[in-house]
Amino acid sequence: MPEMTYREAVQKALADELRSDDNVIFFGEDVAKAGGAFKVTPGLYDEFGGNRVRDTPIAEQAIIGAALGAAITGLRPVAELMFADFIPVAMDQIVNQIAKYRYMSGGQFTIPLTIRAAQGGGAGFGTQHSACAEAWLMQHPGIMVVSPSTPTDMYGLLRGAIREDNPVFVLEHKMLYNMKEDVADNIQPMRLGEAQIRREGGDVTVVATQLMMHRALEAAETLADEGIDVEVIDLRSMVPMDTETVLTSIKKTSRLVVVEEAPHAAGWGGDIVSLAANEGLYWLDAPVIRVNMGHTLVAYSPPLEDEIIPNANRIAQAVRNVVQR
Amino acid sequence: MDITVKALDEQTRMDMLQRMLDIRYSEEQIQGLFLANLVRGTTHLCDGQEACSVGVAWALKPGDMMTCTYRGHGHALAMGISIKTLMAEMMGKASGCCGGKGGSMHMTDASVGLLGANAIVGAGLPIAVGAALTSQVKGSHHVTVALFGDGAVNIGAFHEALNMAAVWKLPVVFICENNLYGEYSPLHTTTAVENIADRACAYNIPGLIVDGQDVEVVHAHVSAAVERARAGDGPSLVELKTYRYRGHSRTDTGPYRPEGELEAWLQRDPIHILRDRMIEDGQLDAVEFEELQQATERKVAEALEWAKNEPFPLLEAAYQDVYAGGR
Ligand SMILES: Cc1ncc(C[n+]2csc(CCOP(=O)(O)OP(=O)(O)O)c2C)c(N)n1
Ligand SMILES: [Mg+2]
Repeated sequence: MPEMTYREAVQKALADELRSDDNVIFFGEDVAKAGGAFKVTPGLYDEFGGNRVRDTPIAEQAIIGAALGAAITGLRPVAELMFADFIPVAMDQIVNQIAKYRYMSGGQFTIPLTIRAAQGGGAGFGTQHSACAEAWLMQHPGIMVVSPSTPTDMYGLLRGAIREDNPVFVLEHKMLYNMKEDVADNIQPMRLGEAQIRREGGDVTVVATQLMMHRALEAAETLADEGIDVEVIDLRSMVPMDTETVLTSIKKTSRLVVVEEAPHAAGWGGDIVSLAANEGLYWLDAPVIRVNMGHTLVAYSPPLEDEIIPNANRIAQAVRNVVQR
Repeated sequence: MDITVKALDEQTRMDMLQRMLDIRYSEEQIQGLFLANLVRGTTHLCDGQEACSVGVAWALKPGDMMTCTYRGHGHALAMGISIKTLMAEMMGKASGCCGGKGGSMHMTDASVGLLGANAIVGAGLPIAVGAALTSQVKGSHHVTVALFGDGAVNIGAFHEALNMAAVWKLPVVFICENNLYGEYSPLHTTTAVENIADRACAYNIPGLIVDGQDVEVVHAHVSAAVERARAGDGPSLVELKTYRYRGHSRTDTGPYRPEGELEAWLQRDPIHILRDRMIEDGQLDAVEFEELQQATERKVAEALEWAKNEPFPLLEAAYQDVYAGGR
């Protein structure tokens, strides 16, 4: 089986979609000739040319607005916003335009549009280059949001997103770009909205994505030695969200920990908790714990960054706490 | 750009006159609908600016596209949305152009090229850039026009859109309807240049200052900019000097306007300018014009009655059209 990194998965998915559909175009700041700030998209400009793969001005509103305009007139654009922290610069186009355009026109438009951005902390990029964007995006019906955690998922979900007839944010975690995996030869475009159980276990359900999901797996190994059997669910798709997989797991384990790389307030972890409270309450044997950044931001200083972003130890401790209750 | 304003043929003039009357009488009725409580929220009427809508629409070819603003009833009618559909949308009826989900500020009909009326100042410009990008990528020779007010030239999206369009030489024309006010603020209190078109030099594109009250002048200038874009020579910024007769929105009576200003602009009414020219050229007489007005008034009243009796959307529509493909 060939090996592929998460970074290569992005490039390969883009290349394969550009190859298979002439309506797919790709643009963003320094993505074409230079191959992207994270060197994720080399070679696309050479293969597909400057008409379909473009460097843009530093103009996030225009990038996202133009992507919308292109999407409603017959193209299938993929726009890159480099760091997810730049998403708010284009927030009007996202919240008031992309999300609402189909609805308020009475369904006149389909918006086959993909927006990619690199998110997450852990790499010392400092406070304005380390945020995770899911919660900013999830409150806008009309938009879909995915957060792939592995090279295989990155490839399959990005292709699925590009083929989706709705606007999709594909959030790439920058700490995962170098992650390598043996992958199947013919990964298919994946349908959005399906979670994946990464580790089966009977004692506690841990729901997480991306870096937090990998850290949950690490915690699960430690806990296995202590005799605690953790089930790790990789949510993968935030909108639409696969509540069924989560509920089925809670029914089995009766205990729930939700891990987010984000502040606590209005985070998606709250949605998982409300799901458990509404539809899984009688299965639960212990209070639910949310592990997240509390009410602070990502600092630059290495020990502070390590303190703020949940690690395997904190996740393991939360699991022990729900098991002991 | 070399632009000569030529007299349009009689039929075209007649069609333009009729459409300007459609807009004028529709706007009058819409004000009444509010008073009768048949329309909710707010509305932004465009009477006084009819030559802009009609002159621009007549400069476009089938397949060309437009984005415009909440002051968009005129553009909607000029582009070919019917008065009935417009009135139904005003009242939130299922047979409105957006199934009642848009309302006064969002008259949209992709089938006539109207890609959306935007209620966020300046937001339509980047979207128009994207539509023009599609034309360029596909080599389809369609042109997109973005209409916006003078207030929009101070928002970031304006700058981002014009620059990107200029750098990529996209087939888009940026058309500012400068009606001298953004809400209640006179232009000179918010904007450092007197002529919006002067901003064009910052993007190395043509800037045209145009009399927005004369539909033939508007048509000639916008046509030149549109054909330039179609030929692959990139965007232009066209400034139409115009005036809204009413206040900014439903509740505004316009107390901030200097005395005599409205009266002066009424002397250059776009409908009267074309009417007088046609009379002068022997294409119309006063009686015919009077009949035209009455027929239009009746037509609008009928559309209104029809719309009043149309059903509201089924409640399940509240949850439809959020996503495509039954998601
Ligand atoms: C981004 C944004 N800011 C403020 C408003 C509120 N607002 C609505 S219309 C308007 C004035 C716009 O003036 P102008 O662009 O000249 O257009 P006009 O109404 O004169 O046609 C303002 C400030 C808005 N809708 N969007
Ligand atoms: Mg104005």
